[in-house]
Amino acid sequence: MKPFYHSKKGGRFIDMGAQVEIKAKAAEQSHRQMTGAEMLVEVLRRESVEVLFGYPGGVVLPLYDVLYECEIPHILARHEQGSIHAAEGYARVTGKTGVVISTSGPGATNLVTGLADAMMDSLPIVAITGQVATSVIGSDAFQETSIIGVSTPVTKHNFQVRSVDQLPRIMKEAFHLASTGRKGPVLVDLPKDVILSVGEFDYDEEVSLPGYQPTTVPHILQIRKLLSAIQAAKKPVILAGAGVLHAGASCELLHFVEKTQIPVVNTLLGLGSIPGQHPLCLGMGGMHGGYTANMAMYEADLLINIGARFDDRLTGNLKHFAKHAVVVHIDIDPAEIGKNVETHIPIVGDAKSALQMLIDEADGSANTAEWLDRIRRMQSEFPFWYRQDDSTLKPQRVVEMVHELTYGDAIIVTDVGQHQMWAAQYYPFAKPGHFVTSGGLGTMGFGLPAAIGAKLGKPEKCICAILGDGGFQMTLEELAVLKDYHLPVKVLIFNNFALGMVRQWQELFYGERYSESLLPFQPDYVKLAQAYGMEGYCVKTESELLPVLKEAFANDEPVIVDCRITKEEKVFPMIPAGRGIHEMVGVQP
Amino acid sequence: MNRVLTVVVLNKAGVLHRVTALFMRKALNIQSITVGATEVEGLSRMTIVISDIDERGIEQAIKQLNKQVDVLKVSDITEEPIVARELALIQVNSPVQTRAVLSTLIEPFRASIIDVGRETVTVQAIGKPEKVDALISLLRPYGIKELARTGATAIRRDVETMFEVARVSKANVLPI
Repeated sequence: MKPFYHSKKGGRFIDMGAQVEIKAKAAEQSHRQMTGAEMLVEVLRRESVEVLFGYPGGVVLPLYDVLYECEIPHILARHEQGSIHAAEGYARVTGKTGVVISTSGPGATNLVTGLADAMMDSLPIVAITGQVATSVIGSDAFQETSIIGVSTPVTKHNFQVRSVDQLPRIMKEAFHLASTGRKGPVLVDLPKDVILSVGEFDYDEEVSLPGYQPTTVPHILQIRKLLSAIQAAKKPVILAGAGVLHAGASCELLHFVEKTQIPVVNTLLGLGSIPGQHPLCLGMGGMHGGYTANMAMYEADLLINIGARFDDRLTGNLKHFAKHAVVVHIDIDPAEIGKNVETHIPIVGDAKSALQMLIDEADGSANTAEWLDRIRRMQSEFPFWYRQDDSTLKPQRVVEMVHELTYGDAIIVTDVGQHQMWAAQYYPFAKPGHFVTSGGLGTMGFGLPAAIGAKLGKPEKCICAILGDGGFQMTLEELAVLKDYHLPVKVLIFNNFALGMVRQWQELFYGERYSESLLPFQPDYVKLAQAYGMEGYCVKTESELLPVLKEAFANDEPVIVDCRITKEEKVFPMIPAGRGIHEMVGVQP
Repeated sequence: MNRVLTVVVLNKAGVLHRVTALFMRKALNIQSITVGATEVEGLSRMTIVISDIDERGIEQAIKQLNKQVDVLKVSDITEEPIVARELALIQVNSPVQTRAVLSTLIEPFRASIIDVGRETVTVQAIGKPEKVDALISLLRPYGIKELARTGATAIRRDVETMFEVARVSKANVLPI
């Protein structure tokens, strides 16, 4: 029954193919008497859930008892935080809803960071938490936490199921809310007695949420306003954010951009929405974005934001951001429009519908030849730069090597910090869904578990986790999962014995007072890899790294590569805190 | 400036928490909030008065409220024709010799004495928040022992009736 088979080397292989039978089975189950736990599993089947991430515990014991013979694979993380970051990684690469299960109290509170992360980055997550029985809620029972109270600000919505009859409807609403409109995490709190009691399973009724009707199709008049603004513009720029990826609108974006010849700047989370090496792609903008990308936004007379939220890391000091531009903002969430930047043409709707309407209505190319000339000149004058040096390992070079050796086809998962910025700068993402990173919340410890989820979502892909030594040590307990489920994730630790980004700021802005940012003691990562039953390498130069990477990308095993990089390497260029987008430092060597 | 919002919500456990949590996140102070049933079963109306908030702040607050799944409708009625009323219960020091004065004092406010004790009386006042403010300041010299106010609850005027009232009140001069 279990969709795992055991490998020769030990560890469980997951047969994702077992899923095909699930739907067929589902049809038979309507209007049957079931326990809450059985209902939940039946809902997961109906929602075509491919994989569960979770951790058992006291109040969810009856649920796990039903999962014991459920065909949906369950990935046992080693910490609840790992399970929700894995669900996020899965959601990011598949676009499907990630499902995570935890017990009450500490199990539930350990999900909070992941919920906040998914909330910021609009990832569809359904988190199911156990709760103490309804009769003792509020009595400080063992492992009781008011997770509804705790999670309200960090979820799109949350529910507590008060009786088993509500369970199917609430679960249906939870999946609907998580995966539509502006996606986000939804938490369902299940008291133990609800899990155990029996009721009738009815999953056919339509979702009725009168207070939730997201606008997906934009108003045609606003679209026409935008098109006439394009006709009038001399220096138009598109800012493409994660909304393009969430809407699956990359093809439409490319089509529109090629038709109108408007250059595109990406946000960190928007990378991959247009091929990174496309002549009209200017790469990432913002604090560590490219000089050209930032100057294009600074000089623009028309800025078309599609699915980005004008985050402060992108805009720099708002006084100087796009101050010459007519600002257009296309967003599925009306609350984003005008939140940070004054918007002249607001367009509420889904990026895909908006772009399709724009393509249909657009007359042809905008008048951008001169503007593109100026951009090309900036691009050739101010590319990303680093000093190559054969005696040390350059992190930027490592990213380039990963790109070359995987032919740009790998899914890159990062943690948060310097390595994240280097990955964003030096890996030209050709396709959507190939970059998994914690953007809005900037969650250290996100990388390794997210890579696990990404691998489960896209088993055929090479998953390369680029992590810092700080973030890796926050969630390295999840290494066990790589081996346990045979997930050949390639872990590259950019090890500079420091919290590199903190150290960089201290060097530049705090008079080199390295307060608590150095990590002189590090475990032996080669031995650590061995302890977890995988290969480990420690490399100090490019020539040492090359054969290791070649071997790693050729085989089907997880690996840890401790890439020793120098502490002094900094992420450039950058917008110092409080400065405008045009005031980058470290633009040239 | 104070803003008055009315928010129609589903009458469910935890909705008040969701709404107030939004104001907390934006560090906004709720001056008063009233919640009660509406004409539709299962729906409640909140009247929320927010102090010291600018245009941008209120716009964001409204958008965030609209995003809440349990919120059906949000209206900023500050600048609209509304009727707003508040109930106040005021326990005032009132030895027997001042009692008659007190009764005369509250009479123009259409307030009434609803409880009488040996040393105090309790005054019930209903009216616009400003009117209640005025009554309270008049009573203060006598010594207010306890004060409870409900905060304003408000509803939009029926526009047609409003014209009617305006016409009539011009003739009669008596302010309501």
